[in-house]
Amino acid sequence: MAKELLKGNVAFAEAAVRNGLQAYFGYPITPQSEALEHLSGRMLELDRVFLQAESEVAAINMVYGAACSGVRVMTSTSGPGFSLMTEGLSYIAGSEIPAVVINMMRGGPGLGNIQPSQADYFLMVKTAGHGDFHPIVLAPSSVQEIIDMVGLAFELAEKYRTLVYIAGDGAIGQMMESAELPPMQEVRQERPAWATTGAQGREPNLINSLYLGAKALEEVNLRLQKKLAEIKAHEIRWQEYETEDADLLLVAYGTVGRICTSVMREARKQGLKVGLLRPQTLWPFPEERIHELAGQVRGMLVTEMSAGQMLEDVERSAAGKCPVKFYGRMGGVVPMVDEILAEVQKLDEEVSR
Amino acid sequence: MTVAVKIPEDMELIYEYPEAMTTTYTHYCPGCPHGIVHRLVAEVIDELGIREKCIGVAPVGCSVMIYKYLNVDFVEAAHGRAPAMATGLKRTNPDKIVFTYQGDGDIAAIGIAEALHAANRGELISTVFINNAIYGMTGGQMAPTTLPGMVTTSTPFGRDVRLAGYPVPMSELLAQVEGAVYVTRQMATDLVSIRKTKKAIKRAFMVQLAGLGYSSVEVLSSCSTNWNMGPWEALEWVKEKMIPYFPLGTFKMTDEVKALKVK
Ligand SMILES: Cc1ncc(C[n+]2csc(CCOP(=O)(O)OP(=O)(O)O)c2C)c(N)n1
Repeated sequence: MAKELLKGNVAFAEAAVRNGLQAYFGYPITPQSEALEHLSGRMLELDRVFLQAESEVAAINMVYGAACSGVRVMTSTSGPGFSLMTEGLSYIAGSEIPAVVINMMRGGPGLGNIQPSQADYFLMVKTAGHGDFHPIVLAPSSVQEIIDMVGLAFELAEKYRTLVYIAGDGAIGQMMESAELPPMQEVRQERPAWATTGAQGREPNLINSLYLGAKALEEVNLRLQKKLAEIKAHEIRWQEYETEDADLLLVAYGTVGRICTSVMREARKQGLKVGLLRPQTLWPFPEERIHELAGQVRGMLVTEMSAGQMLEDVERSAAGKCPVKFYGRMGGVVPMVDEILAEVQKLDEEVSR
Repeated sequence: MTVAVKIPEDMELIYEYPEAMTTTYTHYCPGCPHGIVHRLVAEVIDELGIREKCIGVAPVGCSVMIYKYLNVDFVEAAHGRAPAMATGLKRTNPDKIVFTYQGDGDIAAIGIAEALHAANRGELISTVFINNAIYGMTGGQMAPTTLPGMVTTSTPFGRDVRLAGYPVPMSELLAQVEGAVYVTRQMATDLVSIRKTKKAIKRAFMVQLAGLGYSSVEVLSSCSTNWNMGPWEALEWVKEKMIPYFPLGTFKMTDEVKALKVK
């Protein structure tokens, strides 16, 4: 496949199609509507399921239903829509079925605006519904990476029978850059044995998240936690840049992670030994590696388009081994290289004192 | 708990569990019509020979555990979301029979949007919903279908329509939308009405089999526990008090639906 100039939202939607997406349910919301629009034509052309739901509440429950029949299914949305989906997400988690949800984050709270943001970190990583569960959360920083992560998301969702979110943002959704789409994959025809597709020649299947007995529900939770531990052991992903000799570390994900590669380069030009760690999974989080690096560097700077949400995970991981500072912009403001660079310089002065 | 059915050799078997029903004891209160309506659904499934094609969507409400009693594939929806879940199931299994079984709170309060839109899209699903004018499962609070003046655990002075509005005529609303082709209200209080209800459920499933559109059967039912009445008194109350607000009848039946021969 050759590189093409692609808009992020269209790119991830088409990547899903090529990864054998069988059903999509969604509700329009900026800044991700191009994904829904793209799929509205593509899916029908290919004789697959596309439906514009009456709300995100309905959309996620349609996803839930389709996931029960064992097909590759996803939805995409942005903050306000994601909030509405949390009910269904909890049921999907409790039922242990695979589904992929993409959130192209925008400024909040409330209706906020349609500019890029990372303010849904807590919502996606920590509180995406009632009860004890964690989705896998992938964080792309470019159009190419969101394309690649769509394939990974389906793989992980099906491997672990779990929810996978992609934490994108308005910038990745709206920008156009050159990227390569995967080749068209065959749609998987067979359905998994656990799916509810009619009890033909077998005992009925039940997909459920209700367990009235406390012991029984604790058993379910223990099984779920075991699976999450397994995911934690195998699926932590991150990227490091120039960390070997670094004595200052930037930690940032998504669009901000990408901006921080420029910050790092500029800082190095000025003789500062700056490295960058960019988490690609927000859950599970690269806590051990950050802990290790906390023993190596003089200090860390976490940068986010939020008031400091991932910050809490970095602080937890660093566990006091080095100072952790924060720089954030909110409300849809994207931080510029020189702003962050100034913060790096400040950090350098503070920690060498 | 299950019942072991063993017929002595000198006796003739004249009545048995439908294949689509399990032999698990239900958890329903004495006098509750849920079990009767479950059985009607099971009989219809057997008669149409579709047990292995059926996928049921359970509601949140007293019938939350219907999957224990029907011998078909089942999923358990969030409160009110059964029609959305059924949509996802049916769209990805167009050759299967997908039905929701709901309560009045489930369909006419928290899930009214999902129900009306599924109907409006003409989703090829069937809905059976029990209208008992109350939130049974949570202890007898006001439902959207609670009658004016009716005392419940959340309307201690009786439902005041100025504060809490009027009983929601769900079937009448469903009948308004183009995608709904069969919408009827029945009751399950005596043998005659139970037979009629069964016929309506059968027609609803046949509508789906024929791919005609969305079908729904509302069943007026009693809740003697939360109405604080004996079972007989409660059944009388359905006829006397509920029917004036919820008249029985078929609110939508297209010509194609009419043409279906329901035996
Ligand atoms: C989101 C949500 N809100 C509230 C509840 C609590 N709840 C469970 S059942 C129910 C009412 C069900 O009433 P209805 O649908 O009329 O069915 P019935 O129990 O009378 O058969 C409520 C409010 C819930 N489970 N989920």
